[in-house]
Amino acid sequence: MSTSQKQSTSMRHLLSTKDLSRDAAIRLLDVAEDMSDVATREVKKLPTLRGKTVVNLFFEDSTRTRISFEAAAKRLSADVINFSAKGSSVSKGESLKDTAQTLAEIGADGVVIRHPASGAPAVLASSGWIDAGIINAGDGTHEHPTQALLDAFTIRRRLHGSASRGKSLDGVRVAIVGDILHSRVARSNLWLLNTLGAEVTFVSPPTLVPADVSGWPATFGFDLDAAIDTQPDVVMMLRIQAERMSAAFFPNSREYSRAWGLTDARFDRLGPVSIVMHPGPMNRGLEISSAAADSARSTVREQVANGVSVRMAALYLLLSGDRENA
Amino acid sequence: MSNQSDLTSRAVPYLIRGATLPDGTRSDVLLAGGRISELGIGLSHAGATVIDADGLQALPGLVDLHTHLREPGAEQSETVLTGSQAAARGGFTSVFAMANTSPTQDTAGVVEQVLALGERAGYVTVQPIGAVTKGLGGTQLAELGAMATSRARVRVFSDDGLCVSDPLLMRRALEYVKAFDGVIAQHSQEPRLTEKAQMNEGALSGELGLVGWPAVAEEAIIARDVLLAEHVGSRLHVCHISTAGSVDVIRWAKARGINVTAEVTPHHLLLTEDLVVGYDARFKVNPPLRRREDVEALRAALADGTIDIVATDHAPHPIESKDCEWDAAANGMVGLESALSVVQASVVDTGQLSWADVARVLSATPARIGRIDGQGQPIAVGAPAELTLVDPAARRVFGRADLSGLSANSPYLDMALPGRVLATFHRGAATVLDGVLRPAAEVAHLNGVFHG
Repeated sequence: MSTSQKQSTSMRHLLSTKDLSRDAAIRLLDVAEDMSDVATREVKKLPTLRGKTVVNLFFEDSTRTRISFEAAAKRLSADVINFSAKGSSVSKGESLKDTAQTLAEIGADGVVIRHPASGAPAVLASSGWIDAGIINAGDGTHEHPTQALLDAFTIRRRLHGSASRGKSLDGVRVAIVGDILHSRVARSNLWLLNTLGAEVTFVSPPTLVPADVSGWPATFGFDLDAAIDTQPDVVMMLRIQAERMSAAFFPNSREYSRAWGLTDARFDRLGPVSIVMHPGPMNRGLEISSAAADSARSTVREQVANGVSVRMAALYLLLSGDRENA
Repeated sequence: MSNQSDLTSRAVPYLIRGATLPDGTRSDVLLAGGRISELGIGLSHAGATVIDADGLQALPGLVDLHTHLREPGAEQSETVLTGSQAAARGGFTSVFAMANTSPTQDTAGVVEQVLALGERAGYVTVQPIGAVTKGLGGTQLAELGAMATSRARVRVFSDDGLCVSDPLLMRRALEYVKAFDGVIAQHSQEPRLTEKAQMNEGALSGELGLVGWPAVAEEAIIARDVLLAEHVGSRLHVCHISTAGSVDVIRWAKARGINVTAEVTPHHLLLTEDLVVGYDARFKVNPPLRRREDVEALRAALADGTIDIVATDHAPHPIESKDCEWDAAANGMVGLESALSVVQASVVDTGQLSWADVARVLSATPARIGRIDGQGQPIAVGAPAELTLVDPAARRVFGRADLSGLSANSPYLDMALPGRVLATFHRGAATVLDGVLRPAAEVAHLNGVFHG
C-alpha cells in the first residue's frame, strides 16, 4: 500500500491514515480550514478543479458519504459522476478491474471509492488499471480515512477555534466506544489520532475487539463507566449494527445499550468540556441517547459540515496541479 | 499396468554419469528397460544417451499426494495433460489428483476417466483421489468401494477444499475404508469458525480489516479426528497443516500410537502472512499463510518426522480469479514447478533436511501413504526408472517461463529461488531434459497408454 506524498503539498492517493505523516495530516487539516472559509462566502465555490472529473464509485450504499464528497468536488468546480453499484453492471457481476478500466477511459482524474471488501482501494491504486488519484471512502472493515480526518478537524476546532491552524492534538484523550472489530472508523481514528499526539482508549464488548490488538497504540477496556470516570476530552460513539446480534456478538440491543450505550445518566457524568461525537447515522436510544446527541457538547452536525471541508482538502491535494509528476 | 513393460521398452536407455545419490555417494545410473538396470562408477552401455550429471543431485521421482488437476470441469485453469507437464517440470513422476472436479470424482466412472487422461498424457502416473462424500456435499458417503475396486484402484479419499465436518460421517468414512486399506485425507477446517474467513487471525488481520481464520479452526478438527481414528483403529492423513498448534496435536497423537500421517505444503514452509499487507490475492490460500512462529514449527516438525510429507496443494486458477479485490479472489496457488526449490530454500539450505530426507518426504512416504505401486522406491538396481535430477547450486529468479501449467497464480514469481530440476524420467523415458519439458507427442508415444 502506498500513499506517497510529493513533498508535503501533494499526495498521490489517500488510502489510509496509517501511512499519513504528522506533517501531511496537519497540512491537510489546515487546507480544510481554508476550505471551510469558502462555505461562509456568498458564492460557495472555487475554480480549482475546473475541468477535472471526479467519480464517486460506490459499491456500498452510503448516501451521507457520497453527497459529502459530491458537495466537496462541486465546490471545487470539478465535474462529478456518481457511479453506484446498485442498478449498474456491477450488480450483474462486472469486475472491479473492468469498472476501473471503464472509468479510466471516461477520463476520471480522481476516484472516490467505497467498497465492502477491505483493501479494494489499495488494489485499485496498485493495479495499473487506472491512473487516477484514489480516495478511500471506506473499505470493508479496514479504513475510512476522511472520516478520521474530519473527526480530528472537529476536535481541533472545538479545542482551538479560529487558532486551529498548525495545531496537533497532543495530549487529547479520546474514548472510542462500540464495535471496534468491524469499524473502519475506529481503525482510521486510531492511527490518525495517535499520529497527531492524542491518547486513544477503546471501550467495547470483548466479542467486538480484534483477536490481537497488542500492536495497536491504544488502551482497551470493557467498562464504559470506568472510561467515563476518567473524564476524557472526547467520547466517540460508534454505530452498532443490528445484524451483530444474530451473530452472537452480544445478546440483544437492550443489554448492549445498558452496558455500552451513552445513556442520559452517563452523559450527565461527563465533564462540562467533554465533547460527544458520532460518525452517523445514529441509532438513537441504542448507542447514544437523544439528549446526548442533541446537546451543545455533541458535534454530530459539525462533523457533517466539516466533512465537506476535509474532503475538499483531500480532493484539492490529490487533484490540483500536474498529476503526471505527482 | 499389465502392458507397462512393453511400453517402457520404447524409451532409449539413459546413462547418467556421476550423479550424487540421496545418501551422498556418487554413482552412474543406467536406465534401461524401464528399470534402474545398473549403478556404479564407469558404467557403459551401447546406444545409451549419456547425461553428464556432475554436481547434480539424483532423487527418486517425486510423488505429490495433493494436486488439483481441474479436469473435468475447469479446463481453463488446468487439464490433466498440462498439470502432468507442470508436475514433470517440477521433478514429479506421480501426482494424486484431488476429487473436487466437476463432475466430482465420486464414482468409479469419473476416477477411471481421470486415470485414463493421465495415462494418455504419459508425463506422470496420475492417481485419482476419491471424494469422501457424494458431490463433496458432506452429507452422504460417496461410492468408496466402487472407486477402490475400479481400474483406478483408489486408496486415498478426500473432500479437500471442504472439511468432512460432521463427526459421525467422518467416523463412518474412517471405518469404511479399512475394508480396502484406504485412508481419509482430511481438510481440517471447522466451517463455523471460518465463515467468510480471509486470512490468519491475528494482529495483522485486525489491522487490515480482513475476517480472521483462527488456528483453532484447524487444530480443533485435527484433535477430533485423531481421537476418532484412535477409537475406530483407522488410518488418517491430515492435509496441509499450517499451525504450530497442529504440530503439537499431531505429535501428541503419534506418541499415543495413533495411525496418523501429516503433510505440509511448500508455501507454508516458506511464506508468512506479512505478504497479505498489499492485498495481492496471489497470497490468498486455504489454509492461510500463518505467522513466522508457525513456519518455524512446521520446518522443525518436518525435520523430526512429526510431519511425514510435503505435498504441493497445486491449485491453478484463471487470471480473473486473482486479478480482483481480496475478498472476491479464489484461494490457492500453483506449486508443482516450484515445490523442490521451495523445499530446498526452506529446509535443505537451512540444514534441517538432507537430500535423503527430501527423498523420504517427497517420494517414499507419500507413495506409501497413497499405496501406489511403482513409485517412491529407493534408487537401487531393479527399481522402476522413476528419477529426478536437480542442480542444487542453481539460483534463479522464478518467472512465468518456469511454469508449465495453464495458470500463473504462483506466489514465487519474481522471487529468487535455489535449485532447478534438469531432468525427470518416468518409466525410463525423459519427460524433462536439460531443464526443458519434452514434447507431448514424444512423451505420449513413449509412455502413453491408449484405451479404446
